[in-house]
Amino acid sequence: MSEEKDMNPKVSEMLARSEANAKAAGKKFVRPEDEEREVVAPDGSIIKVNPIYDYFSGARPTEEKPRNGIVEKFLNWARAESIWVLGFGTGCGSIEIPPLVTPRFDMFRFGVQMRPTPRQSNAFIISGYLSVKTLKRVIRTYEQMPSPKYVLALGSCTINGGMYYDSYSTINRLDHYIPVDVYIAGCMPRPEALLAGFGKLKELIKAGKAEKANEYARNFDWYKANQKKIVKDWNMPDYNW
Amino acid sequence: MNEILDKIKQKYDAKDVTVERDRLAFLTVAKDVAIDAVTYLRDYEGFSHFVMMSCVDWMEDGKYQLLYLLHNPEKKVDVGIKTYIDRDNAVMESAHHLWKQIWTYQRELHEAFGIDFPGSPRVEENFVLEGWDDIPHMRREFNTKEYSENTYFPRPGRETYDPATYMREKLYPNQPVTAKRKDNDK
Amino acid sequence: MTIAKLGYTLLGLFIVWNWGFLMGATFRKIGARVSGRYGIPFYQPWINFFKSMGVRTTITHGVMYYLGPVFRLTGGIGLLFFMPLIYTGDPNGMWSNFSFQGDLVLILYFQVFGMLGMALGAGEGGHPYSAMGIARGLAQHAAVELPLTLAILSIAIQYDTFSLYKIVEAQQGGFQNWVIFTNPFAGAAIILSMLGAMGHSPFNLVKAPNEILIGPATEYEGTYLGFMQSAGSILHVMEAVLFMNLAFGGATNWAEFIVKTFLIYFWSVFVGMVFPRFKIEQSVTWFFKVPLVLGLLAIIVFSF
Repeated sequence: MSEEKDMNPKVSEMLARSEANAKAAGKKFVRPEDEEREVVAPDGSIIKVNPIYDYFSGARPTEEKPRNGIVEKFLNWARAESIWVLGFGTGCGSIEIPPLVTPRFDMFRFGVQMRPTPRQSNAFIISGYLSVKTLKRVIRTYEQMPSPKYVLALGSCTINGGMYYDSYSTINRLDHYIPVDVYIAGCMPRPEALLAGFGKLKELIKAGKAEKANEYARNFDWYKANQKKIVKDWNMPDYNW
Repeated sequence: MNEILDKIKQKYDAKDVTVERDRLAFLTVAKDVAIDAVTYLRDYEGFSHFVMMSCVDWMEDGKYQLLYLLHNPEKKVDVGIKTYIDRDNAVMESAHHLWKQIWTYQRELHEAFGIDFPGSPRVEENFVLEGWDDIPHMRREFNTKEYSENTYFPRPGRETYDPATYMREKLYPNQPVTAKRKDNDK
Repeated sequence: MTIAKLGYTLLGLFIVWNWGFLMGATFRKIGARVSGRYGIPFYQPWINFFKSMGVRTTITHGVMYYLGPVFRLTGGIGLLFFMPLIYTGDPNGMWSNFSFQGDLVLILYFQVFGMLGMALGAGEGGHPYSAMGIARGLAQHAAVELPLTLAILSIAIQYDTFSLYKIVEAQQGGFQNWVIFTNPFAGAAIILSMLGAMGHSPFNLVKAPNEILIGPATEYEGTYLGFMQSAGSILHVMEAVLFMNLAFGGATNWAEFIVKTFLIYFWSVFVGMVFPRFKIEQSVTWFFKVPLVLGLLAIIVFSF
């Protein structure tokens, strides 16, 4: 099958290990409709389906080299002036984002726009506390965004857990699971702080320092191990294109 | 209100009747008649609205306390039926046939406290947490701080201050601490 | 001669592309000012385009997924290639592009071409919102095409030609010769079906924000998105040019071209600023009521 060919051997090995762990714990996390199985097509032929890998590539991310000199500088300028934010509220802080599109703060004048799909956005705001359940969705979404991509961590919960530092269901440090470009501290930061964070992100992009997507690819195993440590029902491909 | 309470007292041998307000009362019945009492209130006394179901962990007594809170929309009266079940062998009769939303409450209690409700639909499914593999997280012996420190990556250097003490030390370091203040700090 | 003509056509394409981006930015700006905001800078669409072209990783869902944006761009460029931009008095002149006898029929085909391409491409993308957007788009397009085609037939009967160039030529010599005055029923049908063809509110069912988000483009990213932005800007201008040529006497120079396409485009924008979105059944019913009756009247008036 072609989908098995383009799977990295290491990735499939990791997936097998996590499935073995799940089985040892006596629990099965892959839903019945996502299991690898054979189905009969309308014309009578038998097709092998593996929904998790049919819809998503399990291929490992690779580092993408920046282009040369002035071209990359121009593209970085364009990226900085056109930040498309994914509209995905992950915690309490997402209520600070709607004021940004209203007349008082109006982030459009800085070239910051909301985008409804991860395929077209290049900035991801992780707002406030992040529960393990949300983190699973965040990882999927982050990996679906095209490189170069940037993460803004909003609120102190993303730095050290904030007031939920001792909770059993929220993570403490976001940068152990996905790479973070800009931290906006506070509980909650005001929309002005968010605008300042966008300004900082623009500076980083223009200076060519916002290459965290490559860092994610470089330290992929470390990030994946951290993610799998806490997302115990791992029922998705390791890299969700 | 009092008529209803009297009736239940007689019928189900209810103890520990607490009348909180004119329109709110709680009473405790034995485990095996709790669902009967709820059914009686629903079918004969007009308590057609199921408000909520919850659980309190009395770890020292080795008991879970279950609460079924019902509401009578005509008389505007709320009655809570409480019952105690064993903590180590937590099994309770399912009440999902009375109101459908009790499915979800029982699913939640199964996840949070480990109470089993035989026959309740989908009770084994995940409710809030996905893939939880520790003891039920609302049991009081579960140490959430320790779990968090072992599972997530606590940031080194994090300190916690008592706001009153910290502000006094920072802002008014020379001011003597009065006896009253000392009491307050405790 | 042909080489020079091709050069002028490509130059026209470049002008139309930029003008479409500028009009898109003005549209966003007006929307912002209506809601009391400052809005995007006017050069934002160009930056968005370059950023989309500079995305490093891309995904694929198969061959049709690649061809979707290409078909859409082809639809836009096809409209431009076979439609006279500026009336110069010479049928083989420099801005009449590759207009020929019967180009109106071809243009009607090209209008659907981009939509069908997107249907195939977005269908292979597999996102449910894409499929919903495409289904609505095709249903509404059919409802738009019917009054538009009737109006065009009426104009063809009126001037006894299927050549856009001749239709424009017949409307020269003052505004009293425009189709909107000489054939008011067809003009009214065109003006109303134009709202649907432009795809702004209340007929923005394909990209319905807050509902199916951005519809068919959900799975597209990077370079594909850049292509689709270009195609969108070209299509918007070319729809405006089509209606300008059909009902408003065409343009004799670039200044007139700019003013007329701007006004035609912003007729739909201003309507959209005032009216909220229709549901698909409301939209289709509306097109089958008012514009269709006007189109039928236009046919009846000029048949007898």
